Amino acid sequence: MATNGIGSSVKRKEDLRFITGSGRYTDDIQLPHQAYACFVRSPHAHATINSIDRSAAEAMPGVLGVFTGEEVAADGLGGLICGWMVKSKDGSPMKAGPHPILAHRKVRYVGDHVAVVVAETLQQARDAAEAVEVEYGVLPAAVDVAKTHDSGVDIHDDIPNNLVYDWEIGDKVATDAAFAQAKHVTRVELINNRLVPNAMEPRAALGHYDTGMDAYTLYTTSQNPHVARLVISAFVGIAPEHKLTVIAPDVGGGFGSKIFIYAEECVCLWASKKVRRPVKWTADRTEAFLSDAHGRDHVSVAEMAMDENGQFLALRVNTKANMGAYLSTFSSCIPTYLYATLLAGQYKTPAIYCDVQAYYTNTAPVDAYRGAGRPEATYLVETLVEECAKDMKLDPAEIRRRNFIPKDAFPYQTPVALQYDTGDYEPCLDKALELADYAGFPERRRQSEAKGKLRGIGFSAYIEACGIAPSAVIGSLGAGVGLWESAKVRFSHTGKVQVLTGTHSHGQGHETTFAQLVASKLGVAYEDVDVIHGDTSKTTVGMGTYGSRSLAVGGEALVKACDKVIAKGKKIAAHLLEASEQDIVFQDGNFSVAGTDRSKSIGEIVFAALVPHNYPPGLEPGMEETAYYDPANFTYPSGVYICELEVDPDSGVVEIQKFTAVDDFGNVINPMIVEGQVHGGLAQGIGQALLENAVYDESGQLISASYMDYTMPRADDLPSFVVHTTAGTACTHNSLGVKGCGEAGAIGSPPAVMNAVADAIGTRISMPATPEKVWRALQKTQLAQAAE
Amino acid sequence: MYAFGYHRPGSVADAVKLLADHPDAKLLAGGQTFIPTLKQRLAQPSDVIDLGGIAELRGIRAEGDNVVIGAMVKHGEVMRDATVKSMIPALADMAGVIGDTQVRNRGTLGGSISNNDPAADYPGAVVGLGATVITDRRQIAGEDFFTGLFETALEEGEIVTAVSFPKPVAAAYEKFRNPASRYAMVGVFVAKTAGGVRVAVTGAGPCVFRLPEFEQALSTNFAADAIQHLNVDASGLNADIHASAEYRAHLIKVVAKRALAKIG
Amino acid sequence: MTSVTMTVNGKAVTKDIEPRMLLSTFLREELGLTGTHVGCDTSQCGCCVVHVDGDSVKSCTALAVQFDGASVTTIEGLGQNGTLHPMQEAFRENHGLQCGFCTTGMIMSSVDLVKKAKEQGITIDEHYVREGLEGNICRCTGYHNIVKAVIAGAQAM
Repeated sequence: MATNGIGSSVKRKEDLRFITGSGRYTDDIQLPHQAYACFVRSPHAHATINSIDRSAAEAMPGVLGVFTGEEVAADGLGGLICGWMVKSKDGSPMKAGPHPILAHRKVRYVGDHVAVVVAETLQQARDAAEAVEVEYGVLPAAVDVAKTHDSGVDIHDDIPNNLVYDWEIGDKVATDAAFAQAKHVTRVELINNRLVPNAMEPRAALGHYDTGMDAYTLYTTSQNPHVARLVISAFVGIAPEHKLTVIAPDVGGGFGSKIFIYAEECVCLWASKKVRRPVKWTADRTEAFLSDAHGRDHVSVAEMAMDENGQFLALRVNTKANMGAYLSTFSSCIPTYLYATLLAGQYKTPAIYCDVQAYYTNTAPVDAYRGAGRPEATYLVETLVEECAKDMKLDPAEIRRRNFIPKDAFPYQTPVALQYDTGDYEPCLDKALELADYAGFPERRRQSEAKGKLRGIGFSAYIEACGIAPSAVIGSLGAGVGLWESAKVRFSHTGKVQVLTGTHSHGQGHETTFAQLVASKLGVAYEDVDVIHGDTSKTTVGMGTYGSRSLAVGGEALVKACDKVIAKGKKIAAHLLEASEQDIVFQDGNFSVAGTDRSKSIGEIVFAALVPHNYPPGLEPGMEETAYYDPANFTYPSGVYICELEVDPDSGVVEIQKFTAVDDFGNVINPMIVEGQVHGGLAQGIGQALLENAVYDESGQLISASYMDYTMPRADDLPSFVVHTTAGTACTHNSLGVKGCGEAGAIGSPPAVMNAVADAIGTRISMPATPEKVWRALQKTQLAQAAE
Repeated sequence: MYAFGYHRPGSVADAVKLLADHPDAKLLAGGQTFIPTLKQRLAQPSDVIDLGGIAELRGIRAEGDNVVIGAMVKHGEVMRDATVKSMIPALADMAGVIGDTQVRNRGTLGGSISNNDPAADYPGAVVGLGATVITDRRQIAGEDFFTGLFETALEEGEIVTAVSFPKPVAAAYEKFRNPASRYAMVGVFVAKTAGGVRVAVTGAGPCVFRLPEFEQALSTNFAADAIQHLNVDASGLNADIHASAEYRAHLIKVVAKRALAKIG
Repeated sequence: MTSVTMTVNGKAVTKDIEPRMLLSTFLREELGLTGTHVGCDTSQCGCCVVHVDGDSVKSCTALAVQFDGASVTTIEGLGQNGTLHPMQEAFRENHGLQCGFCTTGMIMSSVDLVKKAKEQGITIDEHYVREGLEGNICRCTGYHNIVKAVIAGAQAM
């Protein structure tokens, strides 16, 4: 058996190029005669474009062209689309305003793309962009999601109150009835703070129109190049799909923000044909802040009805979700199907009702960011549960235990559409309590108090839904695409393997994990497997990487391709070994006749397939198998996180002392990579809880538009983590038994941190728990105590 | 970045002459603030005069009871310098918390004080220690050097060449960092000097300032307890998304007490 | 245009460049050393860290013309004679990287951090490493394995 196979913490194949600086990111690519684009962006949150005078810019050195929304319209291009049609309570379709790739007559957020300058050098493009004179008619802006409804500001024509949709899920009647009979109701009002994803590699694009071939190539920072190709061809209409290659080379992190199809990449491709030169654009960090899709930004009210023992009877939620100025690619499904469907959490709450109003505002578009809806659901449920425990005077571990879906209840149908195939929540809780030394907390709290510090502990029991599927179901709910995945296994004469996948790796280590999988399944050497992704002209058609889907969906497609290799190999082996195909068994890379010592290695079988001198009559030569896989269900990772922290009451500074994460990801291919994914997710979740906040002022200017003001978690803001992956419960509907691990850390950690803060300071504050906010909360408590 | 002419003089005299010849020129010292400013097109100098080639602006030396630090001495050098560490350890500590390692490897004393960013650390040390700023043409008391938000007493074409820091009896610097930028949200330099107690606050207001009430209280008892009963007026202090003026006022006392506790 | 001569990864290079060209641009565009990355505009992220005359420097916050006569080492020049530097090895061994974008700057900073600690007799522990890497932002790893890698790399250096 391959020592580098499934379950082994193999060092990553991709690392050598990254540690030596030999990675190839979009901005590293230089094409001959490449020109540079600089975008003229709106300085106003909401304004009419009265005129654009480009004459001065056009006359500047090196300028090859200046283009605006007028040319886009004249070329008959379509706009960017939102690929998921969400319907309101009354059955009406969501209201999507047009989203042109260069603004047409109106701008709707600071950073909106007004024009593009293409020049010989980047500095020349920037110099000329400043010379484009745009006359704006400034309009009042609506920025705050809680106020946009009644703002009187019309962001798009014919969309009253800026309301995109008013959607609901669950049984309202049953929920209201349960509330009417409840002994206790606990209520929270929550803001889920707006975040900027901040992959360290800023977005970039290099568009190239090849005149001779009449073909287009787009190098871009994408998590899903095939989806980009689809949208750019079918909806924006720049190039027919068969004449467009989209290449996402090494991509420096995505976290959701590089799923979406953006204006800049479309413009570079379109402008390349106009100037007959390759056109490159790379965002600077401020552009990234202004124009990358942001995450979260919910305002919610949630109530839990309980009986006298703290059993949950019903959950009622209202959420207002900020969509920004335009509907980004998947934005509409985030605060609906990826949010409210998770409100059952790990609990057997019998009745749940949630309604969601999604609004336009004059801010950057909001879409999926690591976790996408699920962190918002988890923050809401786990904050509410902790408050329930407080109200019922129950230990936070105990109230969870009382309400967990029991092990024998799976598959479990939640009241909010999902059916959890498997899970076992108490062992995670027990393990987390043990690793966190919950029993020792009172003593540690005393020790902190002796030093003048306030110590708190907080819990979070999260559920996640990964690998969104099946296609037929999501289609019935409004998805515009199928969410299957594909893989191809291609053998060469020498027995080496190329794996082609429709997923995309931008930090997740697929080149390693998928090679481990193939090594295990086919008994070939790990070193002999090369994983190819990210180039639509090479790989199988795929839907890309997001929602922790790559292994659970793409990995399973790869298993199915391997199965086809084995099936074909058996035919060849039967012929060579003069046995019946039914008698051939495949194990550890060898095809054998059952009960005998006669066998052929997979290398021999592959060679026979490619040099078919002695070969089964009628069987196709070659060994190259493709499979597509459409899962039967989501997968449901779960876990329990415990955060313990100290607050300095003098300054309000919060310092995490210990963070314990226990996760059930089902089966694990590479434990090292899985732990790394959890670490990264935790940092982003802790960042949301303590540090990060995207702040717009009332006029719609983004105040936190650089690292000078947007607090990124740094090494000295975080502790080392205690991460444990349980043997857990294997997913029941994929053969690997895997669930997905990419988002869990970011989903589970914010409520654990905020519950710990609340425990330490005795009152609940909003995220991020900045020193001043903590200090003010403590001041208020002290004043209240002094008054008593 | 806008285009500019580039000059690298070999002496202060040449630099002064270049400045006189190019009225819209700017000096480049360590560049850790200036280059980001240029990159964001927030400044458009006709010429940039790089002081990096002037040997006379470098070096740290003891002169009696003073440490004289050249204007082009980098923060990292001050942080690690044996003379500074033995004579004024608080100054080495202060230099060690400016920016990050890479900023300290480029950023300079002269650049920092000439720019007079309200969130810079050095102004706290210069005023807190009662240092003297030496320029190509005169000496300026630290007190008088920092005149307002990004404003100094420097005249047109005047170049800081060094700063002379007197050795204090005892001193300490404590900083509460802006969580995002890592600049000082509040920095307090406390020093017991031959001329009395000095408390200088940076980061909190538009420009470094002294706290006479604190100084008076500490003159009789140079310990954290002495300022326990005092409060700082929030009016006129900076406010931003990270900290209100009121919170900064509160932090000044917290940070001052921590600085005093360091001295013990 | 101004002529600038420097030693980059042991080789002398001379180029005529605009004075406004950043060192990071010089390395990436003029010399094709694209292992030096640019992740921000405000000298915060550290993706662009290189060594200049032995000190770590943010190459996006320096003009190339300032380094006439200087010796610059980039990630491409860190390993010697085709072998990896111990810090590079340590990052791979400890899974101290994911997407790879911050990695090159992170490794360059870490090498300087360890070198300075050894010169000053400072103990290289978790606290020192976390503080010392405050000028390098990573969005993938949560720093946990970076810290492990730097401590391991320090032992091997």
